[in-house]
Amino acid sequence: MDYFLTEEQQMIIDICREITEKKVKPIRAELDEKQVFPAEILKEIGGSDLFRLFIPEDYEGMGTGIFEVCLATEELSRGDLSVATSYAASGLGFLPIIISGDEDQKKKYLPGLASGQRLAAFGLTEPEAGSDAGGIKTRAIREGDHYILNGTKQWITNGGEADVYTIFAMTDPKKGSRGASAFIVEKGMDGFEFGKKEDKMGIRASATRELIFNDCALPKENIIGKEGMGFLIAMKTLDRSRPAVGAQGVGLAQGALEEALDYSRIRKQFSTSISSFQAVRHMLADMATQVEAARNLVYHAAKVVDSGKKDISRLSAMSKVFASDMAMQVTTDAVQIFGGYGYMKEYPVEKMMRDAKILQIYEGTNQIQRDVIALDLIKKGF
Amino acid sequence: MVKIKVVVCIKQVPGTTDIKIDPKTNTLVREGVENIINPFDSYALEEGVSLKERMEQVSGTIALTMGPPQAAQILKDAISVGIDSSILLSDPEFAGADTWATAKTISAAVKKIGGAGLLIFGKQTLDGDTGQVGPETAQRLNIPFIGYVSQIIEMDKKKIRVKRLMEHGYETIETNLPAAISVIKDINQPRVPSLRGKMKASKAEIPVWDSSFLGLGPKEVGLSGSFTQVVKVFTPKASHEVMMLEGSTEQQVEKLYEKLKGLKAGV
Repeated sequence: MDYFLTEEQQMIIDICREITEKKVKPIRAELDEKQVFPAEILKEIGGSDLFRLFIPEDYEGMGTGIFEVCLATEELSRGDLSVATSYAASGLGFLPIIISGDEDQKKKYLPGLASGQRLAAFGLTEPEAGSDAGGIKTRAIREGDHYILNGTKQWITNGGEADVYTIFAMTDPKKGSRGASAFIVEKGMDGFEFGKKEDKMGIRASATRELIFNDCALPKENIIGKEGMGFLIAMKTLDRSRPAVGAQGVGLAQGALEEALDYSRIRKQFSTSISSFQAVRHMLADMATQVEAARNLVYHAAKVVDSGKKDISRLSAMSKVFASDMAMQVTTDAVQIFGGYGYMKEYPVEKMMRDAKILQIYEGTNQIQRDVIALDLIKKGF
Repeated sequence: MVKIKVVVCIKQVPGTTDIKIDPKTNTLVREGVENIINPFDSYALEEGVSLKERMEQVSGTIALTMGPPQAAQILKDAISVGIDSSILLSDPEFAGADTWATAKTISAAVKKIGGAGLLIFGKQTLDGDTGQVGPETAQRLNIPFIGYVSQIIEMDKKKIRVKRLMEHGYETIETNLPAAISVIKDINQPRVPSLRGKMKASKAEIPVWDSSFLGLGPKEVGLSGSFTQVVKVFTPKASHEVMMLEGSTEQQVEKLYEKLKGLKAGV
């Protein structure tokens, strides 16, 4: 399939494919089983300049766009969703600095994040505030030259592994979501600790942890944008990053489809390969068609985001919903084509099906995405 | 401060172990076979790149190969993983070179570069398998050679200390620079190319040096400069049947005893 990519875009895919084939596939089952954070692989990803894709050239990035990030994320997801999630989550963590940070913050933080020497994380979710992000309870109270941070963030990807955290906290709870602000918090600051590491169904090699703030004093310079802009910054960030979640679905499903296709050619029943049976052929045809449709939606959404167009919520949400629902279906069908073997951990599709589920949940559940799509549709039409 | 130049010598080989030989010409059938960098040479490249990162006395890294024009691809690949520059030694007259003529050509190129503080080779190639070009090149340059290096323990501007793997164990050896080493795969884990490296490589012009540029006469290079030539390449016929005995030592001894009894060896 030709996607009319530039030489540079094809290079991104080639690099990610080499990482996937040489560094990820041989150890992905073990990382999953033992819940080992893929630190070495992320170093390799950093050394290959892949974090630079997110970041403008002035701050040691490569000034490419979300489309290039999607190409990288898709190919990494084809190998292992934990690796791709850890990669994309760092981008999600530093996007607020790119979108709304001031010059000093960009100069201080982006170069180290561009090289991959440091990782970032995005801290919005709380025990009692998931889809209702406006309901966060973490407080930041201004005292002189500092903000004092108190509260707990939950299920933070790259928690404990990241060095730089974008944290959303209420500076004026009376104003509801308009009273939230975004802050940069660094690992090692007094009053900032990590809670338990979660034991998950899928993406088990990715780090998911609680962040606990106990009178954590932040210099006032660490606020991103102005007080009250937090919710807006979070939404802008998520609108831009959402196609990358779609790209995770496309890559994961592509990986499962490739496994199922290979297996259907070699597995013999009734003295012939199962790929000769119409029941299996039609499943493969549907899987391939769904993957292709999702890929095109994701690529289009990413290109629209990169065009600088402001009104991107609907398309960006559509790409996430469609690609993640598709990934759940395609990985489930891949397990079905493998039959009993597919249910066993010896074969990779079992893990892929477990991994797929998170895509329908994180970075805004698919139910919330449908709300976003419907609201925009009803308000604006076409 | 005296700076050290590191030269990594690499080779393009057929990317398969399923090699077909043309019975008439006794040469490799290259059609339909993808060419890759000799796997051991990718460890040599990684060591060169990481030496420059680890040690500030390393001023630069150069990758060198002798081969047909298409061998420029592995030199570009070398740049994409961080080698500073590459040189292709290519001339129709170089064809058919044995290790003697190859070492002569490479050593002439190293002299042309202005010498090297450290020469790094892979321990052997996937196709020729001789492991001779490294030591022969060192001999021609009159510098020490240490083979099978598994670790560079330390290096300053005058000396290098390495650990190498021998049949009976490891040896630690120190020698003066300039020197040449060959490396084994335990030495490192080759990195994946970077995007900036790949972009640099795609734009890089690889200089091509021929025999006249190196000041070598037609009798010194290629087939005419070689003392050996391949007369015949063939797959040996199996003359013995091999059987592997499994199980505990006692079980294996028992199986061997039964087998020998069954053979009724009369001697």
